[in-house]
Amino acid sequence: MIANLPEISMTQTKAGPDIAAGRLPEDAYSENFSDLHPLLEQHEAQVEADRCYFCYDAPCMQACPTSIDIPQFIRQISTGNPDGSAKTIFEQNILGGMCARVCPTETLCEEVCVREVAEGKPVKIGQLQRYATDHYMSGHDETPFSRAAASGKKVAVVGAGPAGLSCAHRLAVHGHEVTLFDARDKAGGLNEFGIASYKSVENFAQREVDFVLSIGGIELKTGMRLGDNIDLAELRATFDAVFLSIGLGGVNALNKENESHNGVLNAVDYISDIRQADELSQLPVGRNIVVIGGGMTAVDIAVQKKLLGADDVTIVYRREQDRMNASKFEQELAQTTGVKILTNAQPHALVTENGHISSIELERTVSLADGTLNGTGEILSLPADMVFKAVGQTLVRDDLDATIALEKGRIVVDADRKTSLDDVWAGGDCVLGGEDLTVTAVEDGKIAAESINAALNA
Amino acid sequence: MADLRTNFIGIKSTNPFWLASAPPTDKEYNVVRAFKAGWGGVVWKTLGEDPAIVNVNGPRYGAIHGKDRQLIGLNNIELITDRPLEVNLQEIKKVKRDWPDRALVVSLMVPCEEANWINILKRVEDTEADGVELNFGCPHGMSERGMGSAVGQVPEYIEMVTRWVKQHSRMPCIVKLTPNITDVRKPAEAAKAGGADAVSLINTINSIMGVDLDEMSPSPSVDGKGAHGGYCGPAVKPIALNMVAEIARDPATHGLPISGIGGITTWRDAAEFMALGAGSVQVCTAAMTYGFKVVEDMIDGLSDWMDQKGYTSVDQFVGNAVPNVSDWQYLNLNYIAKAKIDQDLCIKCGRCHIACEDTSHQAITSMVNGERRFEVIDEECVGCNLCVNVCPVENCITMEPMAAGSIDPRTKQVVEKGYANWTTHPNNPMAAKDAAE
Ligand SMILES: Cc1cc2nc3c(=O)[nH]c(=O)nc-3n(C[C@H](O)[C@H](O)[C@H](O)COP(=O)(O)OP(=O)(O)OC[C@H]3O[C@@H](n4cnc5c(N)ncnc54)[C@H](O)[C@@H]3O)c2cc1C
Ligand SMILES: Cc1cc2nc3c(=O)[nH]c(=O)nc-3n(C[C@H](O)[C@H](O)[C@H](O)COP(=O)(O)O)c2cc1C
Ligand code: SF4
Ligand code: SF4
Ligand code: SF4
Repeated sequence: MIANLPEISMTQTKAGPDIAAGRLPEDAYSENFSDLHPLLEQHEAQVEADRCYFCYDAPCMQACPTSIDIPQFIRQISTGNPDGSAKTIFEQNILGGMCARVCPTETLCEEVCVREVAEGKPVKIGQLQRYATDHYMSGHDETPFSRAAASGKKVAVVGAGPAGLSCAHRLAVHGHEVTLFDARDKAGGLNEFGIASYKSVENFAQREVDFVLSIGGIELKTGMRLGDNIDLAELRATFDAVFLSIGLGGVNALNKENESHNGVLNAVDYISDIRQADELSQLPVGRNIVVIGGGMTAVDIAVQKKLLGADDVTIVYRREQDRMNASKFEQELAQTTGVKILTNAQPHALVTENGHISSIELERTVSLADGTLNGTGEILSLPADMVFKAVGQTLVRDDLDATIALEKGRIVVDADRKTSLDDVWAGGDCVLGGEDLTVTAVEDGKIAAESINAALNA
Repeated sequence: MADLRTNFIGIKSTNPFWLASAPPTDKEYNVVRAFKAGWGGVVWKTLGEDPAIVNVNGPRYGAIHGKDRQLIGLNNIELITDRPLEVNLQEIKKVKRDWPDRALVVSLMVPCEEANWINILKRVEDTEADGVELNFGCPHGMSERGMGSAVGQVPEYIEMVTRWVKQHSRMPCIVKLTPNITDVRKPAEAAKAGGADAVSLINTINSIMGVDLDEMSPSPSVDGKGAHGGYCGPAVKPIALNMVAEIARDPATHGLPISGIGGITTWRDAAEFMALGAGSVQVCTAAMTYGFKVVEDMIDGLSDWMDQKGYTSVDQFVGNAVPNVSDWQYLNLNYIAKAKIDQDLCIKCGRCHIACEDTSHQAITSMVNGERRFEVIDEECVGCNLCVNVCPVENCITMEPMAAGSIDPRTKQVVEKGYANWTTHPNNPMAAKDAAE
């Protein structure tokens, strides 16, 4: 438990930072970390489904990265056929359950729903998707698909996050034998270790992994790390095709002095600890928290710290608020949870006391017309018991061998998600040009699987 | 505020909104609550002879629902009152005495024997009720016993019974018609011939509401079996309006007072029945769905609308739409309209396009210059109105008449000025022949 955290003494000395576990009453944890959008009741789902106009060539469907037939699945809910609805979803997106929970729908399907355009109230596509998929999964342990006759081909999928799971499932449907490798001891990738707890409650990520694997023909091998106990050349020699979906294992640094001191932490590591914690009340929480970054990860760590009982949580973002990568909804979620967002400020210095962070100095910035960012020289200081770095993840280059083409630190792929190597495909966060979302990772896996299948059948 | 007081065949009421003969009017308790709520009158739940009938003890209603379980249609297998005749009569007498300004009409159904009618009429007269309504409409349970719609479907019986009623009582007599018949004008004519003061319509329509697919039984299911029942509520309004209009415009029955019934839920529904000739209206399902309070908006709404239109009393607009009810062959074929889409209102759902593309005349685009855009192609539009009906945005698509003298891009013909109909159209083999021929 709390594996990736630096050692923190739970018995605080007077001079030390104010970090402690169990800041909240016992029952507050389950309340704070309950489902962000609880499952719709049957009548709610019915009423919401009835709001859909069953559009022709529906804009929502075009905006869904996995092209789910949204008017169709909503109509199936409305006609009392939720299992059929779920099948429509799974046909395009086998992780439709997770996507329903984590998609930033306000910038995808729901953004272009004609009812959003007309009245500012889109059909709640994500919540209806969850209604249908939850309904199906509560009644069935297995995916609704069956496998084609065995092809005799073997495919290695490296990385069991959403991209890998989606690819493996589709390949299995086509009759291929899949070996799914993952470096960690559990499959799921960021679904299991990254997504904010209140978006995926009750161990949904693992239930979904089991659901995906129920198709058969997928052998999951955990504790297998590419670049460590397996390597790409070996995989290419043993398998007919390889799909790489290793995500982004590294994190960007602030490149400031004292960054290695206690209390300066990677947001993704701490988030992973939250997701894996048996008792949330055991996690160490500071009073004053500063988060550096402007994306989903920054919001997630900030909100969850607040929910764990921190007094003061500030997200520091170097540009203007409308430039933040976190969606409007996420920003509002942060603010309604009590997180402050300080914009146009960047880290200047990490101030430590006795080897532990005590405050952070920030420099004000201005954006110029040409888009460049300048420091103004004005410095302000925020007290901090913990500083979280959420300034982006990176591909761990060493995991791959030198044969594969990279650009801007990511794997280069074509429209079929094929890499520079003939028998290697890649998708998800580790490839160039993606959007770093669960749903786009699922789509990458699906496209790659179709392309691999075509290549293997050629 | 407009004067809503109504005098219907000599029966006065504070407004034209009456409760139809049904459960809302089955007891003094309900009727007093209705009068307190503001209803102008009631037709008491149909009385029969003792011993009183019995009802099923399981479900008697079924429904179809629209969005958010809005009740659109209701059906029932209830019979006439199941309370002793004398109890009803005493309550009627008391209520009429306590509420002299409200209409209180008594609905009746007894076997087709003159003596039976003489007997019950005498007893109703003693209550000092304002009139009687003859229930020739009930489609289930009573018709199997030779009453209700079994009488209403045979014009000769209607005429005979109506004549007895007029002969043996001084009370105004309304004949309530069943819609379960091919041509509603025939029973109306029979009622008139028998001396009826008015007709009321419609009673409920034969119906099976649905099938329970687990039990394989019609629903509502009574111990695994279901019987057809009577259908009413908002869904039946168009059928009722047509029947009312048919009677109002038929020369044989024109001018015969009509009490309009069937799906009336709002003041606007009521106004529509009245425009087609109904001098009073009766409501059942709306009250059974929402309670008696619905009458408040009926009263307010009708009165506000009348003020807006400058009507000071209801008889100023009763029947005003009747002259405009036409037969198809007299509709003006020179009237040419084209659909027009207001691009500012359009939300680009594409429903107009797919409806027209798949099922009609391929007259609406889905793309214009590579962009999602829905425009009417005047060269193809026949002005059918389907797109207007399927568009989810009110007034987004309108039908625009073409000016006389302009060219219809579809037919490349000039839009003629005058009026021309099918009876003289060259394609009509029966067209009135040219005088020269
Ligand atoms: C904190 C956080 C919150 C997020 N919230 C959302 C959200 O709300 N909505 C949303 O749509 N997206 C969200 N995202 C983004 C989303 O999680 C990712 O885009 C998505 O998980 C990418 O999927 P993937 O399969 O490419 O990679 P990952 O999910 O990262 O999976 C990669 C897998 O590969 C394994 N692996 C790594 N290296 C190796 C190796 N060398 N050998 C073998 N296995 C390896 C890892 O253990 C992991 O299981 C969030 C991301 C973060 C970090
Ligand atoms: C439960 C129920 C019982 C009815 N009973 C009678 C009745 O006893 N006598 C009668 O003339 N009509 C009866 N009707 C028909 C109504 O009076 C009325 O004609 C019909 O419901 C249409 O009006 P609506 O659409 O406003 O309900 C009954 C209707 C219902 C729903
Ligand atoms: S997968 Fe995501 S983007 Fe696609 S329809 Fe579902 S919620 Fe919307
Ligand atoms: S755009 Fe909205 S209304 Fe249209 S089909 Fe999609 S969800 Fe339904
Ligand atoms: S149905 Fe109406 S709103 Fe929809 S595209 Fe057509 S005109 Fe626009």
